[in-house]
Amino acid sequence: MTATDQTQSPLDTGPRLGGLRRFMHHHPSLVTMPALLAISLAVTVAIHPEYDSFDAQSLAMGAMPLALAAAAQAVVLISGGIDLSVGSMIAVCNVLAAATMEHATFGESLLLAAAICVAGALLGAVNGLIVVFSRVPDVVVTLTTGFIWGGVALLILERPGGGAPEEFLQLGAGFLVTPWISGSLVLVAAAVAIIWIPVQRSRLGLLLYAVGSDKAAAFRSGVNVELTRFLAYVLGGLLSAVGGIGLVMTTGIGSPLAGVYYTLSGLAAAVLGGVSLTGGRGGIVGPVLAAYVLTLIPADLIFLNIDPNFGQVIQGSLIVLVVMGGGLVGLLQGRKR
Amino acid sequence: MTSTEILLAASNVAKRFNSVVALKAASLEVRAGEVHALMGANGAGKSTLVKILTGVFSADGGGMVIRGRERRFRSPAEARQAGVVSVYQDPALVPDLTVAQNLRLARVRANTVREWLVDLGIPELDLGAFVRDLPYPVLRLIDLARALASDPTILLIDEITAALPADLSERIFGIIRRWRERGRSVIFISHRMAEVSALCDRATVLRDGLTVGVTDTARGSEERIVELMLGYEVAHAAAAGSTRLAAETAGSVAPALEVRGLRCGRLLNDVSFALYAGEVLGIAALEGQGQEELFDCIAGVRERDGGEIVVCGRPQNFRHPADAIGAGLVLVPANRQQAMLPQRSIRENVALPAYRGLRHWGLIDMSAERERVQQAIRRLQIDTRAESALQRLSGGNQQKVMIARWLASEFKTLLCFDPTRGIDIGTKRQIYALVRELAAAGAAILLFSSELPEIPLVCDRAIVLFAGRVVHEMAAAHADEVTLLRASHGLVPRREASA
Repeated sequence: MTATDQTQSPLDTGPRLGGLRRFMHHHPSLVTMPALLAISLAVTVAIHPEYDSFDAQSLAMGAMPLALAAAAQAVVLISGGIDLSVGSMIAVCNVLAAATMEHATFGESLLLAAAICVAGALLGAVNGLIVVFSRVPDVVVTLTTGFIWGGVALLILERPGGGAPEEFLQLGAGFLVTPWISGSLVLVAAAVAIIWIPVQRSRLGLLLYAVGSDKAAAFRSGVNVELTRFLAYVLGGLLSAVGGIGLVMTTGIGSPLAGVYYTLSGLAAAVLGGVSLTGGRGGIVGPVLAAYVLTLIPADLIFLNIDPNFGQVIQGSLIVLVVMGGGLVGLLQGRKR
Repeated sequence: MTSTEILLAASNVAKRFNSVVALKAASLEVRAGEVHALMGANGAGKSTLVKILTGVFSADGGGMVIRGRERRFRSPAEARQAGVVSVYQDPALVPDLTVAQNLRLARVRANTVREWLVDLGIPELDLGAFVRDLPYPVLRLIDLARALASDPTILLIDEITAALPADLSERIFGIIRRWRERGRSVIFISHRMAEVSALCDRATVLRDGLTVGVTDTARGSEERIVELMLGYEVAHAAAAGSTRLAAETAGSVAPALEVRGLRCGRLLNDVSFALYAGEVLGIAALEGQGQEELFDCIAGVRERDGGEIVVCGRPQNFRHPADAIGAGLVLVPANRQQAMLPQRSIRENVALPAYRGLRHWGLIDMSAERERVQQAIRRLQIDTRAESALQRLSGGNQQKVMIARWLASEFKTLLCFDPTRGIDIGTKRQIYALVRELAAAGAAILLFSSELPEIPLVCDRAIVLFAGRVVHEMAAAHADEVTLLRASHGLVPRREASA
């Protein structure tokens, strides 16, 4: 062991990875998450052979808000922060949509949806400003703003209610071409494609990863760390708003308390989807796919006639395994250095 | 080549961090087309000055003129635009991005960097590799190539050769010389005196945050630089009259602690020494010569890569600080924050490691605890007005509590890593006296100090680390500051004949 260590040149950068192994190394969750989703789907079909387009559609609808919550959380986590107000922001945007769209026309609803997206971004901006300027830890800031947004949601709509025009609801509850391609699925794909892909391809994407990975090194490389962190929260708010609007489409109403569930589940999906809690690693596709996996588990348990509350136990265990697996890999790599 | 045009002039730069003054009045003048060395002992303020010049910190006082224009950088990005770029001691590369992404981050062109990498001897480097997967020396080269590619007027290089093999250092010197020929300037920080004489035109020497002199680095200037680094009072101070002869007993008993060929990480390469009961062994070294890794390995904080640690004749394999404490080795770290519980009382802080002997079926025997703690506190004359929380004590008193906690438990060997850092002179004396008292009572004490005058004052013997190896060993009587400083800069000691 010692002999090889000493003869190794200090400049040896190790073997150059090629092809698939390189892709695995750079985007591990883009390999593991589709695989995990495929396995979950295969298991589902195996235990429930009459799985049809209706089941696929309810999976897509059930998972949509979670997928967007996971995406929102992932952006903030990548930048080295955390946002525990994602669920409450979803709730605010959800009741805003249901309260304002109830008597609106389809065209007005679309305009309102755009306005609510701006409102979500503003909520995120408030989080970002407080985190950056107060220097209070982000966990504390977003936990407290989460309480505030939660209260705001109840002020807007005291109890579940409101609604939206049928054509608007059909955007999420309907389907495209075949019943297998649900509107919710298209909506999630569109949100990722329209919001995340331009960010990731631009300089901002680079900055988000840089700041999340090592703030000091990023600053010394000439990065505006504060602005980058702020923008991450804005993006988180924007994606949360899409999630809140999606929740109206799938449930038909606004409910001030429904959103809260998505804070922790979204965080869980982000972590399961390969985003590092310490920042700088992961993407958005992984967390979105993880949201579908996490939604499938309780459904499978119902098919199996098992208490769906076991779903939580299984979801939790899955996350612990994934996080532990990541830690173990890190430990092994650390030992080699 | 070197003209007399002043490219950069910083004058009376001051900087403090809370109560700690890092720079009092540092001044620096760099001419166009010169390689200018920035020298100074540990804590003289070199790195702080570099960070102010490049906009990482903002100065509290003083000013900087570049090409006749008053400048004040608020960020490294601003400094880069003005042509001032630094290669820091810790590479400014983001670990989770690829090399190519890091280059885009700093807005430099990959092709230009590639050309410099060819010159630096790593043409094969895969720019698509994650920075976190690359070894440290390569990162320093990438950082240098990136800095060169942004074509700065003034390039600052902080301790680049420390982690590199000799042939590579030569290659870098070649590049710096060519850079100078193009009329560009380099500010070069190095602890290696030989490099400075070979490469640099002039040197500015800092001491305690002040610029104490500027000198040409022609032949024979080394003595002058050492003198400047030390200051008048020290260079003329009388050698400490020491009659301590603990090491005499060496032949008869097994050492309390023996280290053989210890290696750890990239900084600790091969260190061997023996420490006997009743003896204080001093370690002198400049920053980053492996002393931290050495203490971490002995205290069980880090696992070693190679070599042996033998305690009282028995080889040890520590996997946890508790193993080292069990073997009678206890650590007083320099950074008190690492060891103390700031919100808890002195009593709990002192008693924390001692609970082993104080429990009755898992419950803590409170009266025995109080008794032991009181003894320890009296012995150290700790100011106990702030009974409640340790964080309200002064730094000196906090450090005393950190030593007291080990008095209250039992130990054979005390490892003190720079125990008097940032402590007032009165408390320092008390800590010195305490260390001597403990040694007289039979403890073996290993003491690293960044303040060289402490070593002849407190120790019986001293060793000097340089580049992760022991380069010199001497009795305390010969461990005057000049000898220690020369040895810690890798200069061959001359006094051996007279020793």
